[in-house]
Amino acid sequence: MNIRALIPLTIFIVLVVFLSIGLTRDPKKIPSPLIGKPAPEFNLPTVLKPNQQVSHKDFLGKVSIVNVWASWCAACRQEHPLMVAFAKKHKTPIYGLNYKDQRSDAIRWLQAFGNPYVNSAYDVAGTAGIDWGVYGVPESFVIDKKGIIRYKQIGPFTEDIINNELIPLIAKLEQES
Amino acid sequence: MKPIYLVFFALLITLPWANAYSAFNTYQFEDPVKKKRFDTLINELRCTVCQNQTIAGSNAGLAKDLRDKVYKMVNEGKTEQEIKDFMVARFTDFVLYRPPVKKSTYLLWIGPFVLLLLAIIILIIQIRKRIQTPAVAIEPQQHERVQQLLKTEKKDITHD
Repeated sequence: MNIRALIPLTIFIVLVVFLSIGLTRDPKKIPSPLIGKPAPEFNLPTVLKPNQQVSHKDFLGKVSIVNVWASWCAACRQEHPLMVAFAKKHKTPIYGLNYKDQRSDAIRWLQAFGNPYVNSAYDVAGTAGIDWGVYGVPESFVIDKKGIIRYKQIGPFTEDIINNELIPLIAKLEQES
Repeated sequence: MKPIYLVFFALLITLPWANAYSAFNTYQFEDPVKKKRFDTLINELRCTVCQNQTIAGSNAGLAKDLRDKVYKMVNEGKTEQEIKDFMVARFTDFVLYRPPVKKSTYLLWIGPFVLLLLAIIILIIQIRKRIQTPAVAIEPQQHERVQQLLKTEKKDITHD
């Protein structure tokens, strides 16, 4: 058989391989440039107590999770029971970043579905959201003891991700000084 | 072409922009340089939620927030580069419609030209081959034989 006849087939196979790799990658997931960088500065009132402030300094000295959420976000609602369950089982604090929401809606949401958060920052204008590179909700970050962002989850957590990625990562970060 | 069609085509061409422009008439600038900088920037920054649109062309909430942010920064006197750096620091190079030329984007920038070059080389090789292959000259007797063979009935020349 003429070897030249195989050229189109070879090109086709190479194309198929590249395209199928492309299909498995989610273009919505933009790698975060913030990983390895200090948590962006912010200073916001909390959702429940408008005169109480929460800031990036609260993350220092412990491993913490920041979960961006909003009452208008359907995927957050799907994720929420997992966060509530996580907060009950683990001592790692979860901070909420309530993104472009109405305070009354946010409070009602927490009352209806439970509040896994130590505190939720109330970012009604979305300015902290921009600084954190948030472009969709939910998004979550894991921050180490030094206040450095070590992990970003785009889209809702799933049980699988929590058990196989989040929990081992937190255990590892707890070991660091 | 009938005038009515002309009007139709004119509309077809201009309509897509109508929406985009009405969206940021709200941004007023005293300095035309800043206005130009703003217009350039919002057309070069990608809306990260609606990835095939610029922040100028998108009605998404985040696009509006980013437009507001760009407006604010332009008015503060930030340069184009400073504003781009600000966005890249938060959303990576992905936010730029024209990614910078660097190691990880070499393939993206040079790839098409490499392919074009390759295609041209293959084309040249093929053309040269055709020019170099001489037409096969045959003897008159051979020509006659061919004619005879063509005339022979099909069953005589099949191999079974």
